[in-house]
Amino acid sequence: MNSLIPLFVILPLAAAFLTPLVSRFLGFFPKSISLLVYATLVILSILYFRGFGETTLLYKAGGWEPVNGVPIAIYLVLDGFSALMLLIINFIAFFCTLYSISYIKKFTAEPNFYVLLCLMVAGMNGVVLSGDLFNLYVFLEVASIASYALVAFGVEKEELEASFKYQVLGGIASLIILLGIGLVYWTTSTLNIDDVSQIIQGYSGNKIALFIQIMFIVGFGLKAAMVPFHAWLPDAHSSAPSPISSMLSGVLIKAGGVYVLIRLFFNMFSITYEIALTITTLGVLSMLIGGILAIGQWDYKRLLAYSSISQVGYISIGMGIGMMVLATNANRDIAALALFGGLFHMINHAVGKGLLFMTAGSVEYATGIRDLNKLGGLIKKMPITSSASFGGSMSISGLPPFSGFFSKLVIIIAAIQAHYYLVAFLAAGMSIVTLSYFLRLQKNLFTVKPKSEIEQVKEVPFAMSFSMVFLGVMCIALSLLIIPDLREAVITPAVNALFENSNYPVTILK
Amino acid sequence: MLVYLLCFALFLTGLYGVLAQRNIIKIVIGLSIMEFSLFLFMVLIGYVRLGDAPILVNGKEQTVFVDPLPQAMILTAIVIGLATNAMLLAIAIRIFRKYGTFDVRKINHLKG
Repeated sequence: MNSLIPLFVILPLAAAFLTPLVSRFLGFFPKSISLLVYATLVILSILYFRGFGETTLLYKAGGWEPVNGVPIAIYLVLDGFSALMLLIINFIAFFCTLYSISYIKKFTAEPNFYVLLCLMVAGMNGVVLSGDLFNLYVFLEVASIASYALVAFGVEKEELEASFKYQVLGGIASLIILLGIGLVYWTTSTLNIDDVSQIIQGYSGNKIALFIQIMFIVGFGLKAAMVPFHAWLPDAHSSAPSPISSMLSGVLIKAGGVYVLIRLFFNMFSITYEIALTITTLGVLSMLIGGILAIGQWDYKRLLAYSSISQVGYISIGMGIGMMVLATNANRDIAALALFGGLFHMINHAVGKGLLFMTAGSVEYATGIRDLNKLGGLIKKMPITSSASFGGSMSISGLPPFSGFFSKLVIIIAAIQAHYYLVAFLAAGMSIVTLSYFLRLQKNLFTVKPKSEIEQVKEVPFAMSFSMVFLGVMCIALSLLIIPDLREAVITPAVNALFENSNYPVTILK
Repeated sequence: MLVYLLCFALFLTGLYGVLAQRNIIKIVIGLSIMEFSLFLFMVLIGYVRLGDAPILVNGKEQTVFVDPLPQAMILTAIVIGLATNAMLLAIAIRIFRKYGTFDVRKINHLKG
């Protein structure tokens, strides 16, 4: 398995390279090769869960062994957390590609779409696997540049403007991250995450270590669209083609932002209370402001985009509470529970928000309208889309049979056990706000009489409805992850990989 | 120490360009200035006083070398910066074709 790790980056890159060459001769090639690649990678990441459980797998690029205990190769590290992220990324990418087969026909330059999507997935897989800070930055840029191009794919006024805004803010974020990496290299003379973690332990009270941590919070917070840094997200996510919105909201803000924050703060820096408090505060702010702004939105996709900010807030709260509990040396089980809640919500949000953006795309595909005031009565004309949209909405807002309920419940329980009652109260309250705007969305879309004429509306083609149905079923099926056996198999390895502070370094430096 | 501060001043100059300029081409220039100030900073990190180019040659006595790793990293980062700039300028050209202006105050179709 060790030698299979680079495949997660190589396969999508190879597909991206081959697509423009071959698509001239074979029209079906771009879609089929992308689907094949993502399916293979999903199977590979499931194989890791079945066969390796908790072990950390390593790939040293170029086969360079450590010299005197100093790692000199670029490391690709596959542990429970990376594998979980890989599973989410490639799973959502598979269904987005399947969905795009019908959806993307209205655009010109179809093969380019698949090329860019493959590049984005290659970048995200690289970020998740990378065990080296600079390598992580390079892959993050690959994913980001592909996503800039994909946001502008429609080349209309709104798309271009959103893409420019996204690029400027994304560019600043990348530069701040690069500054942080430069400072890490200055203080520790190494870039390997485990090596840095061992050296930086001695700097825990140091000003420079604090400055580096703040740079990383700002940089990756911008990429994850936490609240003071969220301005680009509603524009970019609502202007992109719908399957891309699914990828951006469902996966990119997590793989490029939240994942890296969790990885760096649990595995690299020594956790301090102040930083943990900062992350929790940012999470609470994102949750509140994103949710409140979503109430006033009348554009389907823009509402979903604001909701994404709010849900990323929930994930950060799970992470922040875990860090605060660890920093105050309280019960580790509570920290593990909070982190479990955060990761579980990450999975649920990826599937749920991916699904919701797909339904937004379907409504736009069938009617050409995104304004909620002008829609209505679609439940008779588009039964599959409307039931899928209902499932996704209820999962994100957290109603009991759907998976979002359990993850939010776990986060709230962890907050109460850790005696952060205010956070628990706000999280529970925002859940009601979320429910309110999603219920209004459902009402406006599907039940009320349409205000303008929507006559010739038909259900969307098979590829689109199939992906929506599958993800809709997943919204309910994922609640099974709360069952102890399944939890042990899927999420616990990820939590353990983050918690065994010693585990990550020791396995690598051997 | 002065050189690092100058790098930081250059970084802030670029940031000022991004935040205060109204012309999107000037915003792109501001981003490039920020980028290159960071490249300069990282190359300076690897500089060792009186260090030599890190190439091992037979019969060479000197053992003080500058750190080659930041240089390799900066080469990579320059290539990434090239891609980012090309992308930004391509979008800027498209924006000019659609809106007929480079002024960010007039490019405001997205609200809310």
